[in-house]
Amino acid sequence: MKPILLIDFGSTYTKVTAVDVEAEVILGTAQSFTTIQTDINDGLNGALKLLEAKTGHLQYEKCYACSSAAGGLRMVTSGLVPELTSEAAKLASLGAGAKVVGLYSFQLTEDDLQNIQALKPDIFLLVGGTDGGNTECILHNARMLATLPPKFPIIIAGNRTAARECARILKDHPVHVCPNVMPKFGVLNIEPTQQKIRQIFLDRIVQAKGLSKATALLDDILMPTPSAVLQAMELLSKGTEEESGIGDLVAVDVGGATTDVYSMADGMPQGMNTVYKGIPEPFAKRTVEGDIGMRYSIRGIVEAAGIRRIASMAGLSEDRAEELVTYLSQNTDRVPDGDSELTALDYALASCAVETAVARHAGTMEETYTLMGLTYVQSGKNLTHVKQIIVTGGSLIHTENTEKIARHAQYSPAQPASLRPKAADVWVDRTYILAAMGLLSAHYPNVALRIMKKELEKHGYSE
Amino acid sequence: MENREKKVLVIGVIGADVHAVGNKILYHAFTEAGFEVVNLGVMVSQEEYIAAAIESNADAIVVSSLYGQGELDCRGLREKCDEAGLKGIPLVVGGNIVIGKQKFEDVEKRFHDMGFDRAFPPGTSPETTIEALRELLHMEG
Repeated sequence: MKPILLIDFGSTYTKVTAVDVEAEVILGTAQSFTTIQTDINDGLNGALKLLEAKTGHLQYEKCYACSSAAGGLRMVTSGLVPELTSEAAKLASLGAGAKVVGLYSFQLTEDDLQNIQALKPDIFLLVGGTDGGNTECILHNARMLATLPPKFPIIIAGNRTAARECARILKDHPVHVCPNVMPKFGVLNIEPTQQKIRQIFLDRIVQAKGLSKATALLDDILMPTPSAVLQAMELLSKGTEEESGIGDLVAVDVGGATTDVYSMADGMPQGMNTVYKGIPEPFAKRTVEGDIGMRYSIRGIVEAAGIRRIASMAGLSEDRAEELVTYLSQNTDRVPDGDSELTALDYALASCAVETAVARHAGTMEETYTLMGLTYVQSGKNLTHVKQIIVTGGSLIHTENTEKIARHAQYSPAQPASLRPKAADVWVDRTYILAAMGLLSAHYPNVALRIMKKELEKHGYSE
Repeated sequence: MENREKKVLVIGVIGADVHAVGNKILYHAFTEAGFEVVNLGVMVSQEEYIAAAIESNADAIVVSSLYGQGELDCRGLREKCDEAGLKGIPLVVGGNIVIGKQKFEDVEKRFHDMGFDRAFPPGTSPETTIEALRELLHMEG
């Protein structure tokens, strides 16, 4: 037996997973409240005690952790054109597991600076201009940022012509220069910036967020939790040399405050008569819908789907649905717990959350008639061919409707332009092992992959 | 601009026009002639030309149109450039830019009035356009 401990310091819960990498099994999982205000070890020890009750005493060979505690990795980005370098900055940050709390385009204003200060980012990502392109904007923004007190590290990843000068302007701040996130028009190069983000997270943020107290116990890798999940999903999709993956996939994690969507697929146009518009998106793409969540962001779901639709899906009157939504927004730890009205409402809310979040993540296809006949214009990823959907989150796990809710991630004739999976198997992560498997994958990719394939429960097929 | 010898052109076929061949030829001809070319391909909207020109700090925008609707598609591009801070950026258009047999002087005048610096009739060779661009961008040789 070779037990390894995997820890996820979440915003609410500290989750621990014990794995035997020799037998390739999960020995047990447990969770306890995260205690970031006092000593993070209190929550961890609580969770470990619960785990030990299940597994017996274990001598762990290694211990790895990820964290989204203390607000996660908060980033603010600024780019030039919204659809181009600003979008590249956003994709880079989200893919590195960050929470993008502010997104700016064009020249920063004095008001923007005030907002940025109030947002208290952990990292600022400054981009703009293709290599040899526009320098005016990024230099202006560097000068503006230079007037702020040096409270956060700044990554400069814009036009290489201006990089050094930006660094000079920001000499009183901790700056890091990376290759341009968009070196040429329509070409993304976000990996170097993502590596830098993870490194800064390790070097500085872990200290600043009181996580370092726990590091005595840890051997290696402290990464943002979403980054661990992204790695798990990429592994599950692509596989290793030894073990095959499950192919292209879409994963949805519906939380109380946000909904995360991951897609592992190329997604580029398939037909000859399809024209692609916008920047090409990365194979491993993550988006976060900050306004879509089952409790804290319940209003966002209602705004996106409309109370009429939610009420009708739940079989409630509009007034009653509205009343319950208000109740849940104020009682954020309330779970249905057998209450039939709340069960029905949560079903409707979760379905609309999945539908909205995946529709925003996936690309769109428009039909246009030209003199050459019917032509399609695609923007974003085409996920119609994706055959695997993975879901997690309380509202999908603690329900009998998992599959019905998950099906809302799929293509719908009501939104024909939205390029969501047409026919897919649904898998559910019932024990929240995705982040833990992402951590494990750094050292034991084959084990992590086989455990995921075993533990994820197939929950319905189509076709 | 400092640190950059090559002039940057943003090119593409405007509107619901999918004629890709001429676009490819122009891309190669301009690149061969020493320009840095940002090629937006076919079915390009006015906004896409502008976004690409901003990021790449383009020296000129070259609009192609082959399906006869070019005049409609090009209307307002100059004003949008002004609005986006691309004041005075040279705009060049060429191809089958209008429908039917019209005197090209009239067509040219209409495009000039719309804020285009140069307009080229069907059958213009890339060399002619390159020469015009060199002149517009005050390039030697």
